[in-house]
Amino acid sequence: MKIACFHLMPYRPLDFEQRARHRSAWVVLPNRLYDPVKGADEYASYLDQLVYAEQLGFDIIAVNEHHQTAYGMMPAPNLIASALIQRTKQAKIAILGRALPLVSNPISIAEEFAMLDNLSRGRIITGFVRGIGTEYHATGINPVFSHERFHEAHDLIVAAWTRPGPFAFEGEHYNFRYVNLWPRPYQNPHPPIWIPSQGSSETIKWAADPERKYPFLVTFSAADLVARYLTLYREQAVKFGYECRGDQLGWAAPIYVADSDDRAKEEARAGIESLFNEYLANPWEMLLPPGYTSLSSMKNTMKLRKSLGSRMRNQTIEQLMESGTVVVGSPRTVREKIGIMRERTGLQILVAMLQFGVLNDELTRRNMELFASEVMPHLRD
Amino acid sequence: MPQRLVHRVGTIEADLLTEGDGQRLLFLHGAAGVPPWNKFFELLAAKFQVLLPQHPGFGTDQFASRIRNIADLAMYYLDYLDGMPGGTVHLVGHSLGGWVAAELATRNCSRLASLTLIAPAGLRVKGIASGDNFIWSPEELTRNLYHDQKLAEEVLSKPVTGEEADRQLTNRFMAARLAWEPRWFSPGLERWLHRIRVPSLLIWGNDDKLLPCAYAATWEQHIAGLKTRQITGCGHLPHIERAAETADCVLRFLDACT
Repeated sequence: MKIACFHLMPYRPLDFEQRARHRSAWVVLPNRLYDPVKGADEYASYLDQLVYAEQLGFDIIAVNEHHQTAYGMMPAPNLIASALIQRTKQAKIAILGRALPLVSNPISIAEEFAMLDNLSRGRIITGFVRGIGTEYHATGINPVFSHERFHEAHDLIVAAWTRPGPFAFEGEHYNFRYVNLWPRPYQNPHPPIWIPSQGSSETIKWAADPERKYPFLVTFSAADLVARYLTLYREQAVKFGYECRGDQLGWAAPIYVADSDDRAKEEARAGIESLFNEYLANPWEMLLPPGYTSLSSMKNTMKLRKSLGSRMRNQTIEQLMESGTVVVGSPRTVREKIGIMRERTGLQILVAMLQFGVLNDELTRRNMELFASEVMPHLRD
Repeated sequence: MPQRLVHRVGTIEADLLTEGDGQRLLFLHGAAGVPPWNKFFELLAAKFQVLLPQHPGFGTDQFASRIRNIADLAMYYLDYLDGMPGGTVHLVGHSLGGWVAAELATRNCSRLASLTLIAPAGLRVKGIASGDNFIWSPEELTRNLYHDQKLAEEVLSKPVTGEEADRQLTNRFMAARLAWEPRWFSPGLERWLHRIRVPSLLIWGNDDKLLPCAYAATWEQHIAGLKTRQITGCGHLPHIERAAETADCVLRFLDACT
């Protein structure tokens, strides 16, 4: 199994009383609440953690992109990836991912990934995403065209990496007379492309297509949903006439390990609950702008709305553990939970988020060390 | 009660409400879809043949993919006018429908007898932000559409059927398709408004929290002879919140220009 240490880089010194006065920690949260001196310390700590992950034996260190939010301080994740390249030697560096529809020129994404791939001599894994719904409020990009733009930008980037240039690209959203990438990517034909997603049958079908066979990562979802989507992918592969490999299937989840189940739960509580209830919680209007999902799936979501309330409901760590959205416990418990998911799905990629919400540096390091020494060896094949 | 018909433009079919005799008056609805046939329409239908079509993509998403932007919708309604028997029509548009009407009229006013814009979208006035209807909760949206909060509360207290909820969501998707970005305006429209050379009326509620009535001044700058009527104590829906007064405004204007 390939194991990644993933980071969101949340802004931990957030004033949570102020946070409560705004509808979200995204887009509308006034940036006077960001203190650059504290923020600079956050970046330094988080970079150290990711570099430490390589020393601890993680195969991959991973970052991602979000905009105008205290949830994650990486509007430009490639800048972090570039810093990590200089401070690491072996680990793959995954950018999970760049939000393709948000840019007006996807060639710049192809260029940046190609540069990182050259700088790292082929250690880059790319992720292609659409961004979450709030991103469409932050950037002004029309969510109705999100899927179209994603597919078109994907086609353009892959063509830019693989087709001899210069060539012309003629799309609905993107038109370029000259596509001619300098530099070309280091890896041949191009860096791996992973698809992190909360799951939809359309995306699974697209990722599993024999032309692509992109590894599919289910992120931040209840265990049953993770299993359901990964099984869907496997079944889709069979429909396409091939057997899917375990390294096409991945799971991204917050994980916390301590000596005992009780201790793990209490140490992780503030971090986990702040992640879901303070940083991630959004009103539906921000999370699901019109067109971000299909009309039919939105109709279903809205039917549930009365029971769901006006925004994502507050959850306790107990509920999140119960649903398997987070994995928290003693090394044995954590090994078992991951083992069960591996048996259910055959997944061979685990993206572990070992710092989350307000979890402090000391507990994060202890979590990383325990995970690396007590869990990771048991997941090796 | 209006008659419910289906009209066809090319291969697109759309529902149409119609009532009354006389010169045709075409009403283009706003982002929320076809409004209720209330006093406003009854008063207009006493003097005119009122036509209230549902835009493609509203009510049902069957034809949504055929209309990608406001320009498409303006061209669609030019086709619709071409398909009508001869003579001119009075064109009235509210909000998003006002935007379509203005786009249509800048392209070709030859079939228009007059143009009435009610709280129209379409222009951006720097420094005066429109409200963000896409970030507002359903309750905020309803409250912000009305000046009189009692009316808002009446709307909020009415149970919404599943069918109606689906229709609202479909309309919200179509409104986003047309108006999310640039938000509620066409960058080029202002440059061509001078091409509107028919008698024109602008109606605006003085307490419009979605599209501020301060925008009226910019419309006045660009359309020669544009008359503006401000409705006091009124939000973004003058034809609903102040139905009789708004109908009276329109009828007086049409009376003067026919």
